[in-house]
Amino acid sequence: MADIITSPHISGHADHHDVDYLHDGKGLKSWLTTVDHKRIGVMYLWSILFMFFLGGVFAMMIRLELLTPKETIMSAETYNKVFTLHGAIMVFLFIIPSVPAALANFVLPLMLGAKDVAFPKLNLFSWYIYMAGALIAIAAMVTGGVDTGWTFYTPYSTTTDGSVALMTFAAFVLGFSSILTGVNFVATIHKLRAPGMGWFDMPLFCWGIYATALIQVLATPVLAITLLLLIMERTFGIGIFDPKLGGDPVLFQHFFWFYSHPAVYIMILPGMAIISEIIPTFSQKTIFGYRAIAFSSVAIALVSFIVWGHHMFTSGQSQLASAIFSFITFFVAVPSAIKTFNWIVTMYKGSVAFNAPMLYALSFLLLFGIGGLTGIFLGAVSVDIHLHDTYFVVAHFHYVMMGSTVIAFLGGLHYWWPKMFGRMYSEPAARIACALVFIGFNATFLPQFVLGSRGMPRRYYNYLPEFQALHQASTVGSWILGLGFLIMAGYLFASLRKKMDAPANPWHSRTLEWQTASPPITHNFHEVPSVGGGPYDYYRPVGTGRNA
Amino acid sequence: MDSIRHWMLGPQGSAYANNVDDLYMFLVWLSVFFFVLIVFLTVYFAWKYRRRKEGVLTPNISHNLALELLWSIIPLIIVMGIFFWGFNDYVRASVAPNDAIEIHVTGKKWLWAFEYPDGTRTIGNLHVPVNRPVKLILTSEDVLHDFYIPSMRQKTDVIPGRFVDLTFTPTVPGKHQVFCAEYCGKSHSDMMANLFVDSPEVYEKWLVEGDPELQQMPPVEVGKLVYENKGCNSCHSIDGSKNTGPSFKGLYGRMEKFADGTTQMVDDNYIVESINNPQAKIVAGYEPVMPTFQGLLRTPEMRGIIAYIKELK
Repeated sequence: MADIITSPHISGHADHHDVDYLHDGKGLKSWLTTVDHKRIGVMYLWSILFMFFLGGVFAMMIRLELLTPKETIMSAETYNKVFTLHGAIMVFLFIIPSVPAALANFVLPLMLGAKDVAFPKLNLFSWYIYMAGALIAIAAMVTGGVDTGWTFYTPYSTTTDGSVALMTFAAFVLGFSSILTGVNFVATIHKLRAPGMGWFDMPLFCWGIYATALIQVLATPVLAITLLLLIMERTFGIGIFDPKLGGDPVLFQHFFWFYSHPAVYIMILPGMAIISEIIPTFSQKTIFGYRAIAFSSVAIALVSFIVWGHHMFTSGQSQLASAIFSFITFFVAVPSAIKTFNWIVTMYKGSVAFNAPMLYALSFLLLFGIGGLTGIFLGAVSVDIHLHDTYFVVAHFHYVMMGSTVIAFLGGLHYWWPKMFGRMYSEPAARIACALVFIGFNATFLPQFVLGSRGMPRRYYNYLPEFQALHQASTVGSWILGLGFLIMAGYLFASLRKKMDAPANPWHSRTLEWQTASPPITHNFHEVPSVGGGPYDYYRPVGTGRNA
Repeated sequence: MDSIRHWMLGPQGSAYANNVDDLYMFLVWLSVFFFVLIVFLTVYFAWKYRRRKEGVLTPNISHNLALELLWSIIPLIIVMGIFFWGFNDYVRASVAPNDAIEIHVTGKKWLWAFEYPDGTRTIGNLHVPVNRPVKLILTSEDVLHDFYIPSMRQKTDVIPGRFVDLTFTPTVPGKHQVFCAEYCGKSHSDMMANLFVDSPEVYEKWLVEGDPELQQMPPVEVGKLVYENKGCNSCHSIDGSKNTGPSFKGLYGRMEKFADGTTQMVDDNYIVESINNPQAKIVAGYEPVMPTFQGLLRTPEMRGIIAYIKELK
């Protein structure tokens, strides 16, 4: 894709039409009323990073409390609220919007050679909805908190005290933000690809985001309906889920997981999408099996809709249902294996550089390997019955959600940071932080696989003394992880205080977002790019594509 | 190998547990194999093809159908095998044999109550004979709970308004741990029970006489056991600290103020009433959340808990 026939002026001498997007308009108002996808992406980025910080503080509190059985730093009631908020914030306010709403918002139109997303005003609106949802969630935290777990299982959630209705309403509102972002990206990918860019000329990131957007649009309404029903039961006593009112609590779980299992792929597919960009760039190599990776994303998205029952093997659903869901679940293993091996083999005969984004991508390969393989344990019904609702599950989904998605997000953040802010961060500091995050993450969550296998249930405030050693190892790991994030925050903020020093294409990538200035001008490109090759044509010199 | 297995999975209580562990350990070694393969390939390719010179062109290796089919089909075959293995064990473990002892289990915040075929009722302690299939029939009185016996590798959610069952055949005598594995609020992590796997003779004797150690103990000791095993400790402290219910410390002989403004001196009859009909008088400042224990304490146990509360000055 490097071959842009109408050449953009990368040097970017700024007259007032060509000023970079960060300087096109001053003051808070110019940001709050912008329809520029890049500015909206940046606003999302700061919003979700704040939420990540908040969720992270809760995570550190959880680990500290679990340093000893019984009370360490907080009461049982507080602990239950803290782990609920940790989960709810991380899922609804950080991970789901992290890659799509923040990073993809910024780079997707650039990658497609477009000036903006298909519906720029809708894009801004979805950020406002997100902020409204975030404020409602914070209001729920300060007006009594929520102690239901992020899953809001009934009838506990309809009978406990606290601001459950407000918190579920926040998730309801956030869902609309997610739906609108999805709609916007589907339309953008269908209609705004640059002239000459066929579906299979798109960077794989766009395929991943496309698959994600489809799930966001199709699955999120089910969550919205479910949460609305929950609010109605809790507020007006309409019996839907509580058996005392004639309802069925297992029905809630079906509804909830019908959304929340696809939501797992809303979280992981964008992570995979980032890895599909970083590895070819830092290997300077054609991606291996483009179509296999593209179709794997879509296949995972489709299968994700029919495996929700694997969260419910112990819920009292019929044995037949459990068997069918277990069977279908195993098909997720195949596209995941395909992708993993394709990424690894992409490095074969490449020219591999170990910059921070690539270190995150390599970490991803190992951590996603563990996350994926431990998923097989949980897909096998008999083993899952033992491991369900234990720390094994906690460890497994943290390897997928954090070890894979968040690590990929951090890789993407380091990869596109120079493009977004026009500044390079300290590479040595970034490598140290990446190593600390990798080590700290494994130290935190590897012991939890053993804890769970030995029978330690999750969401436990108190625990038997025999589990203490492994809990302490996990807590110490969380400190290493926290230190890694502190260093990261330090050098990223430090880079923003420097003068702009990032070249247009510091990583020598061939995708379109790197073929314009860093940071890009408001309209992205001086002239509409015309594409004459694939996004990963590292086998030929720049400018020798089929249109040349 | 056996020590790794034991370290990872803890003690086994049944033949079925051993089947589950076989599959678990197979998956461990399979995962180790694939993980080592991923690490090896990643590190090997990354290092062997590390960048030595800037700006080089690399070969265009776009795909290789044979290779891609290979790493699609091999995982598919392996996971299908795993599916049938796990499914087969699961189905066999789901069906209770006809000669199984049926014991009813009720979960409520935050204790487990058991009712045996002969009408014996206990809280917090489940006794079963060794080598005989047991079918637990479970329900909940309030929210979702989950009856989890790690050593049997068995668990099931316990659902209000519905009966579910859980089957196991214990082969290892002794005490086994039971947890609540479905989050149920404040004392979720204290909602445990003990599973005692007895020899058939001991089991029969226990059904008739109750716990043998209780008969020789002074009432205060009995009361302490009742306090710990029947779930009192989930809500009532013995050190004066406020919990879901009033502390037992200094309770006996005190004038208790109730939510309706009346008062009463705490004596033996008040304690009996509070245990059997806890909603009758609600102490001011507390929620009416205690379930009834009517019929769940034998007379010596009731005497014991009264003596125990008396002791806590």
